Amino acid sequence: MKTSDQNSILLSPFNYLGKQALTTVNNLGAATIFFYKSFIMIFRPKQITEILRQVYRIGAKSANIVMLVGLFTGMVLGLQLYYALVKLGSEGVLGSVLALSLFRELGPVLTAIMVTARAGSSMTAEIGIQRITEQIDALHTMRINPLRYLVSPRIAASIISFPLLTAFFNLIGLLGGYLTGVLLLGVNSGAYFHRIQSSLELSDITGGIVKSLIFGAIVSTICCYQGYFTHMREESSGARSVSISTTSAVVLSCVLILVSDYIVTSFYI
Amino acid sequence: MDTPLIEFRDVVKGFGDRTILNGVDLKIYKGQITTLIGKSGTGKSVLLKHIIGLLSPDSGSILFDGKPVENMTKKELDNYKSRISYMFQSNALFDSMTVFENISLPLQQTTRMRKKEITTRVMNRINQMELQDVVHRYPSELSGGMQKRVALARALVTDPEIVLFDEPTTGQDPIRRNSILTMIARYKKKFGFTAILISHDIPDMFFISDRILLLWEGKIAFQGTYEESIAFEHPMIDEFLHSLEGFHDELTGLLSKQAFRMRYDSILRRRQKEKIFTAILFKLELDQMCELMGSDLAFQSLRTLGEYISKQMDAKGGFSARQSMEQILTILPHTEIPYFPILKWQRHKQCWMILPWD
Repeated sequence: MKTSDQNSILLSPFNYLGKQALTTVNNLGAATIFFYKSFIMIFRPKQITEILRQVYRIGAKSANIVMLVGLFTGMVLGLQLYYALVKLGSEGVLGSVLALSLFRELGPVLTAIMVTARAGSSMTAEIGIQRITEQIDALHTMRINPLRYLVSPRIAASIISFPLLTAFFNLIGLLGGYLTGVLLLGVNSGAYFHRIQSSLELSDITGGIVKSLIFGAIVSTICCYQGYFTHMREESSGARSVSISTTSAVVLSCVLILVSDYIVTSFYI
Repeated sequence: MDTPLIEFRDVVKGFGDRTILNGVDLKIYKGQITTLIGKSGTGKSVLLKHIIGLLSPDSGSILFDGKPVENMTKKELDNYKSRISYMFQSNALFDSMTVFENISLPLQQTTRMRKKEITTRVMNRINQMELQDVVHRYPSELSGGMQKRVALARALVTDPEIVLFDEPTTGQDPIRRNSILTMIARYKKKFGFTAILISHDIPDMFFISDRILLLWEGKIAFQGTYEESIAFEHPMIDEFLHSLEGFHDELTGLLSKQAFRMRYDSILRRRQKEKIFTAILFKLELDQMCELMGSDLAFQSLRTLGEYISKQMDAKGGFSARQSMEQILTILPHTEIPYFPILKWQRHKQCWMILPWD
């Protein structure tokens, strides 16, 4: 084997890593500019109607599934936490542990993941299809800024909807915990609610809200970005590229939700 | 001639290692219909997208009213774009919006018109395009022809000064094709816009075009009138034009202009002794007919007339072709007839009827 071949084999992992790092950094930069340009257009005229329509599609239509997941999350937490707390003889603090888990962590994260799966994927697919069928080009030719018309309302609607959905999730989660902890396993009802009230502080609630706002911005930006630049995908084109973009949008959003969750939590503790 | 409205100077555009436009120089004049022809995949749509600003040249410049587009300020560029409208080859209709919403979108988003005013204007266009029955339907529920008409209505709803039509007649039957082209010509006359269209429908598009541009191997190989294009000699381009035109006019079933000319040359010009012949020019008042009975029926009448002429004249050794959108010329060799009544038009209630001469 020639020396140059050996070198190229040895260097290929670094080449690959380097390329991936450059692509990631490029994409992150592009997505940030994309978010900035879209965000400032939220405040342009003629946006209210479209924002409300998107709030209905992203928020209202996701409410049922978010509440259902909230209910079962609360129920399962009630069971698991009761099991753990009984061992320590402190099942009376079930309400505190459950409320803190929900408000600080599980509510924002699980809501964001559920909305990503439900509304985020549809954002990517819809914008992606509009891209490959030249509908976005048609907007350009009509002097309608696609970022203003398609992306801004979705980002605004996500930022509005995510905290509201998270609040629903938390509330129903508490109810789920009540069903299993109080009604099924016999924890005192008064103690359950008293613990919730006494242990929850305003910072716990605002922390959760801040998280959900950040998740809303991340999910909507990533999903719209993936759809908007579907045609730039090198690996495929047409319907296939829309499907790849949709998958990437969901996976990337979920990863970024968890990464940013860690970062935000580390600031709040 | 005046300063061209749009001018390309040595425009080069490539994608990857493929050069699509390789030094394009062209001029488009105000108030004219300019038709761009060329083989499939030679970059006609790419060229059109440079005019609307969807693509930018790699080198060279595009001038609008003598001013390079790349040197325009944001305001000037916005003003330039506000004067242009584009009809996509694929229609690019918004599939989640109804026909009405599609057509009204540019007015809703880019003007300060009131809802009532927008509705009136959109409904006018809808009526002109004969789309009244599908106002609340979605594009996916319409036929290809109807989708084209919706796209056309959307392109014209803002009353643009320049309209770019990317294959507006593709996939249409001959009657609808002629209706669309006539409509473009009529609106051009009525509103005075400048039209640039890509079309392969020879001879139909020749009837309405003031100028023809031929894109050949990345360059403009020819620009001029139809008559000049006939005199233009280039073996491959001639072959291409003949292949597009064919021997028969699809609408009327009569000879194509090219085939007519060949027949005329072989029978009359080369036989110098044959000097006796009769030429008959049939003419329909298409504009009036379109207004009275709608463009579909008007072109159906033209088709019927063509079929009737063919039936009558071919039996007498004659040959005919459409010379313009509304004129059919028949030549009867060896015949000298001072007056040759064949058909008559009779107005009956709200429409005109075509009847054999008694």
